[in-house]
Amino acid sequence: MEGLSKKRRLMDGVRRGSLWLSAGLTCGVLALIIGCVLWQGLRHVTWELLSGQRSYLNDTNGILPNILNTLYIILLSMAAALPLGVGAAVYLTEYARGGRWVGAIEFAAETLSGLPSILFGLVGMLFFVRLLGFGTGTLAGGLTLVVMILPVVMRTTQESLKTVPQSYREGALGLGAGQWRMVRTVVLPNAADGIVTGCILAVGRIMGESAALLFTAGASAGLGGFFRALYAPSATLSVSLYVYVNEYGDMDTAMAIAAVLMVITLLLNLAAAWTGRRLKKRKGGR
Amino acid sequence: MSHEKMLNRKRVEGGIKALFFLCGLTAVGAVLFISVYLVFAGVPAIQELGLVRFVLGDTWNPQQEQYGILPFLLTSMAGTGGAVLLGVPVGVLTALFLAKTARPGWAKAIRAAVALLAGIPSVVYGLVGMVVLVPAVQRAFSLPSGANLLSAVLVLSVMILPSIVRVAETALRAVPREYEEASLALGATPAETMFRVSLPAARSGVATAAALGVGRALGEAMAIIMVSGNVANLPAGPFTAVRFLTTAIASEMNYAPMGSLWRRALFSIGLVLFLFIMLVNAALHGVIRGAGEE
Repeated sequence: MEGLSKKRRLMDGVRRGSLWLSAGLTCGVLALIIGCVLWQGLRHVTWELLSGQRSYLNDTNGILPNILNTLYIILLSMAAALPLGVGAAVYLTEYARGGRWVGAIEFAAETLSGLPSILFGLVGMLFFVRLLGFGTGTLAGGLTLVVMILPVVMRTTQESLKTVPQSYREGALGLGAGQWRMVRTVVLPNAADGIVTGCILAVGRIMGESAALLFTAGASAGLGGFFRALYAPSATLSVSLYVYVNEYGDMDTAMAIAAVLMVITLLLNLAAAWTGRRLKKRKGGR
Repeated sequence: MSHEKMLNRKRVEGGIKALFFLCGLTAVGAVLFISVYLVFAGVPAIQELGLVRFVLGDTWNPQQEQYGILPFLLTSMAGTGGAVLLGVPVGVLTALFLAKTARPGWAKAIRAAVALLAGIPSVVYGLVGMVVLVPAVQRAFSLPSGANLLSAVLVLSVMILPSIVRVAETALRAVPREYEEASLALGATPAETMFRVSLPAARSGVATAAALGVGRALGEAMAIIMVSGNVANLPAGPFTAVRFLTTAIASEMNYAPMGSLWRRALFSIGLVLFLFIMLVNAALHGVIRGAGEE
């Protein structure tokens, strides 16, 4: 370092500084967001809020319906997206022998993952809500989200299937198993942690989604059970946050919802990191 | 094994393969369906209004039957451009830090932070922007209101960071070690090597990251609806209250009566947004293909 000219040493410092500054900025913004949400939100999270519902008549406020709706939509869309996504991934990695369909399916998945959620919402509203006549509810919202999270499940499953050692497959086939039996008993169980990671990511995506659900699942919410919610307006937590800000102007409740969402996001991230680490360990051990 | 059993097993295998193939086809079907549906929903209003009047009309006022989307178009372009201008340098430098100099422990922590940023719901970004950023912008520039293009750009630039960091880091890690070693052996400092050897060598990956950021920024709706002011103005400067292509759809759909020209014009905005995104995707593919040929 001593031999460097003054100018080079200065540039070196500037470059090094810019790296630290950028990384610091990234983390700083995150800390600011988390700090702000938890600090301003958590004190408004009360048991009454979590276990009650908003009602003008009874003058109560609560987000229980929204919590339940979020769960319903997660259940509905995962029930469809999980088999579809895993099936597509199995086709691509286990059955397809190259060819144009592989390219088409991968291109389609990539296109889907790049589409803005408001466009999913638009098409979901036109098709599920209007044309098929489902009306706004968890059914229309859930079906819209199936298409949106399909690429997430598909991609992580594919990655995970690729880490299953080829020798496992050969062993199963050598013992006389058919391809389906091999996939079912050897490949899929060994790829389970990757599929679980994909599910966690997909659940996170559903939980945070708002633009695609605003016109498909609706913006209001009531308590009425799973089957009533299918065809009745059912705002999820994220949608209700927007509604509390935009329609009710109730920033305290909005902040409380944000804090709840943030805590769930933190937990999902931890869970995904944990399963992801298990996946990596196996990758390394191979 | 008997002949019959073999035949049966073959049939089952064939059926299951077909089933998996159908699962794969749903993605293809969905893309085709969405494309066709958006065209069918979006074209009528454009036909009725005329393409030029729709795209280049500078006034959006449904009460007076004026449907020009130039304000939204320019706002989306300006907002996306601004977000990329801020987000790409920060994101790429963070990636460079992660890939080349950070100690493993630090890198792990920063990577977790980036993953967390990616997982935060967009409505939360919007709310924090509204509560923290908008008042700060208002005070810093002594404006009547801080909900404007600048606030939206700042929120967007944070939101596109995670995808930029992720893609750029992967690209930087793929730079052959020999390039860097050669540079160091010639007497360049580590910092010079990173900026003048590693970064240029990973330029196609960095371009991919930027294109990805453009797509994300262009498509974001709910976060910026809360911080941009949501008024259909032409973006005259950073302090104008504006409305984006996405936020126009999100904020007006519930007010536009069923079957009205207003509602159909909103579908047409969806079509324009879709075409925009596909254009970005095509550029992205061009970049990736170009990198493959290098």
